[in-house]
Amino acid sequence: MNSSETTAVLSASHLQLVRQHKTVLNDISLNLKAGQIITLIGPNGCGKSTLIKVLLGLEKPDSGTVTRRTGLRIGYMPQRLSLDQRMPLTVTGFLQLARGASHERIGHWLDRLSIRALAQQSVHDLSGGEWQRVLLARALLIKPDLLVLDEPVQGVDVQGQLELYRLIPQLRDELGCAVLMVSHDLHLVMAATDEVICLNGHICCSGHPDTVSLDPAYIQLFGARQQQAPIAHYTHHHDHQHCADGHVEHRAPGKEIL
Amino acid sequence: MNLFDYWWLMPLMAGILLALVAGPLGSFVVWRRMAFFGDTLAHGALLGITFGVLTDINLTLALVLGSVLLALLLLPLQNRSRLSSDTLLGIVSHSTLAIGLVTLSLAQGIRVDLMGYLFGDLLAVERIDVLWILLAAILIAVLLFWQWRALLAITVSQELAAIDGHPVQRLNLMLILLLALLVALAMKVVGILLVSALLIIPPAAARSLARTPEQMVFLASATGVISVLLGLWASFHWDTPAGPSVVVAATALFAFSLVLQSLRDSRRSA
Repeated sequence: MNSSETTAVLSASHLQLVRQHKTVLNDISLNLKAGQIITLIGPNGCGKSTLIKVLLGLEKPDSGTVTRRTGLRIGYMPQRLSLDQRMPLTVTGFLQLARGASHERIGHWLDRLSIRALAQQSVHDLSGGEWQRVLLARALLIKPDLLVLDEPVQGVDVQGQLELYRLIPQLRDELGCAVLMVSHDLHLVMAATDEVICLNGHICCSGHPDTVSLDPAYIQLFGARQQQAPIAHYTHHHDHQHCADGHVEHRAPGKEIL
Repeated sequence: MNLFDYWWLMPLMAGILLALVAGPLGSFVVWRRMAFFGDTLAHGALLGITFGVLTDINLTLALVLGSVLLALLLLPLQNRSRLSSDTLLGIVSHSTLAIGLVTLSLAQGIRVDLMGYLFGDLLAVERIDVLWILLAAILIAVLLFWQWRALLAITVSQELAAIDGHPVQRLNLMLILLLALLVALAMKVVGILLVSALLIIPPAAARSLARTPEQMVFLASATGVISVLLGLWASFHWDTPAGPSVVVAATALFAFSLVLQSLRDSRRSA
């Protein structure tokens, strides 16, 4: 999938960001090529959401640069989006507000994501899984070159999670886009991703999911930490092991910023 | 006989024009939880009046300038959620009202109809006031119509709207300035204390019956216009103060919408 002739759709070099005397992002560089799926994992407060915001241009880094390919179309599916109950809105009405929305495209993605039946429903009556699909449809309307998914399976049951993770490589193939995903759970995204970046302020380790799951830095971060573990298959539980580069900062679980 | 001789025509026109534009703007106020913000603008506008009285400029202009300036000061405050914005709005709201009242009382030899500003005096509306309101209503309607989808997009999610390339900060600014303008002009009609009622109650009444934002806006405007008609009629018949009567009528319509909603819900679940 990592064809060398494709140029980067998005690259970041040496991103640094300090908020309230806390280093949120420390010397982060990454390169995302067309057709590539990269997953960011890391504990709560490790800077995943902040990094996404910086890459999307919603927040400015203190230093370092983000380069987006010119004319890059980004489809973004936020971690959560709570709509005010007081705003009456149907699913179609919601999708029509997205850039690139047209009648045909909305119809296409409603069918493709099997949510056609929801078209005229109020967005306030949807289940967690249905709402995630609507948000995904919204991100796809723009025909993205880069699809950014922040915790795409939050509030979705396990069956739905597996389906969504199966869908992502298919969408990548259909659109030829790059995918940047944030996840808590390496095991579920394993099959869906080409590269994993393990983040904890700095990049702890990165590479193919198989390699990363055996990396001591990964185990240090997740070995004892993984809370949502209905299907955790850990073979390693090395407590108090140190990071490959010798230090892990910000151990206190901070608040997610997004 | 000249149509303009009817004494009730100007209040009626002023009320209807305000209700028409308060529908969409009030809906945004409700959707974006800016009710307290509108209150603060209205309270702060009294300081504008004080300033206008002291410097002897046109009071309507002073009112508009006062609330627009206050809106500009409050805008960065609203974005900085780390500060407790309701507390700060509360401080600004009540302190500006108090400072305005104190300063007015100290200004010697100047008589200002304070009650008129606190509770409004719809029946004292003159042709020049209606002209102001008409111009403002046209401006508000045109700008809202022009940026309608973008405004809905930033209301749904500022973040998604920013990624889609909408000028989020400029749209926020526009909405807040239009709100300040409407608040300043509506003050004369329903008064400082009831301005946000005119903004909030009609959309609240419309909410339960609407399925789309556009329906809600339309129903809110309609509710507002009916409230103005009912309020003026009641004021004429029972000699009640006109502005508060309009608000009472709107509240009655809101209660009626709740009844309609519960009827519909019980039929649906039956």
